[in-house]
Amino acid sequence: MATRPSSISRVQACELKGAGFTFTVLKVFDADPERIARQVTRRIQQAPDFFKGAPIVLDLQAVPEGDWDLSALVERLRALDLVPVAVRGADGAHEQQARTLALGVLAEGRPAAGEPRPTVVEATPTTRLVTEPVRSGQQIYAKGDLVVVGPVSHGAELLAEGSIHVYGALRGRALAGLRGDRSARIFCRVLEAELISVAGYYRLAEDVEPALRGQGAQIYLDGENLHVLPL
Amino acid sequence: MARIIVVTSGKGGVGKTTTSAAFGTGLALRGFKTAIVDFDVGLRNLDLIMGCERRVVYDFVNVIQGEATIGQALIRDKRLPNLAVLAASQTRDKDALTQEGVGRVLDDLSREFDYVLCDSPAGIEKGAHLAMYFADDAIVVTNPEVSSVRDSDRVLGLLASKTRHAERQDGKVNEHLIITRYAPKRVSKGEMLSLQDVQDILSIPLLGVIPESPTVLQCSNAGTPVILEDKSEAGQAYGDTVARYLGESRPLRFVEEEKGFLRRLFGG
Repeated sequence: MATRPSSISRVQACELKGAGFTFTVLKVFDADPERIARQVTRRIQQAPDFFKGAPIVLDLQAVPEGDWDLSALVERLRALDLVPVAVRGADGAHEQQARTLALGVLAEGRPAAGEPRPTVVEATPTTRLVTEPVRSGQQIYAKGDLVVVGPVSHGAELLAEGSIHVYGALRGRALAGLRGDRSARIFCRVLEAELISVAGYYRLAEDVEPALRGQGAQIYLDGENLHVLPL
Repeated sequence: MARIIVVTSGKGGVGKTTTSAAFGTGLALRGFKTAIVDFDVGLRNLDLIMGCERRVVYDFVNVIQGEATIGQALIRDKRLPNLAVLAASQTRDKDALTQEGVGRVLDDLSREFDYVLCDSPAGIEKGAHLAMYFADDAIVVTNPEVSSVRDSDRVLGLLASKTRHAERQDGKVNEHLIITRYAPKRVSKGEMLSLQDVQDILSIPLLGVIPESPTVLQCSNAGTPVILEDKSEAGQAYGDTVARYLGESRPLRFVEEEKGFLRRLFGG
């Protein structure tokens, strides 16, 4: 959950803002919930942390017209720990069914006018804070930024869709901008990482200048180049 | 209720069983009723180190499978009346251990003893997992070299996530570090990680440092827990370690390079 700075909450209880989010879209070709669930399960097994609780939009445009039950599909997806938040491209009957299921109905390509559904607010990326040391073999996933107070050991892995901040020694791997955010950065007080990556561009430990090892550093992407600069 | 202590390391051969025997005997020397349980089913060693290998009739697996009572399987130590050993089975493998069975045995032991030490097998598979699962305290045994430290780090991650306390979210396992086979001379030559290096990586409280010593091997061969050799450095270091565990404050000993005769004479 996002926490509001107290200075704002004293003045007003809430604020309406427009914001754009990247969602995973599930394009449905065949309305058989069981078949879809099987295929989705296979995908989830490849990256369980990525999909756990992930908000998804159902694209129903390609489903042949006919009488099928949207609620059964939504139920199956929820059972897989996915959070369907909206549909798009639905025909009239299924648009109606989506509304009764408290799902948003998106116009083609952009959100429909009107207030956002509460479930969409839940999907806001927040900062994940880790106060314990991250041990060898542990993997931490953050949908937004990731802040680690302690050390990150060799063989540990930090994955964040946003930026990564490490206040202890960073000895494991750190991958920021995991879903393509090229503005994500990695900050650490002691750089001894095995691998650093922003938006898919990576460097191994041996590609980092020896003078920077053990120093405070920030890592960011400039065009095609992953820069490592002392802090 | 007893406190359940797991002695674990990840890597093999770093001194888990030596530490279990010494630490358990140390607690018994202080008057606590102590049981040491060998979780290394199939590679039974604790009975040798404790010098009771000829008195093993029933073992841990027999008790789990209901073929013997805990009273029949416990081997009472001949030196200390309040110390007992539960041997592992040599003819079975780790699959003979079940979580439910281990829990039942530890519950039974908890009623009679003040401390139950679980001597974990190496690795992070079933035997090691079950040895740590019920623990209140963990003693992580590490040698001052990189592979041992990394394996201990992995084990610390499991202690934080794969134990009963972690699953029930009712507190956490208290983690303690014991560094064994420490040789200050080799540290200053750069052949070994220093105490500081090890603590930097593992960042858990240091309970004790046991110096490299030929006495440890001699004691293992003789079936005597090394803590009983109170003239030896290793024995004294284990004594300090037990004292610290019980809340006493003891300075670290045997961690500085011993000065040679001439340097001692002239200072320096």
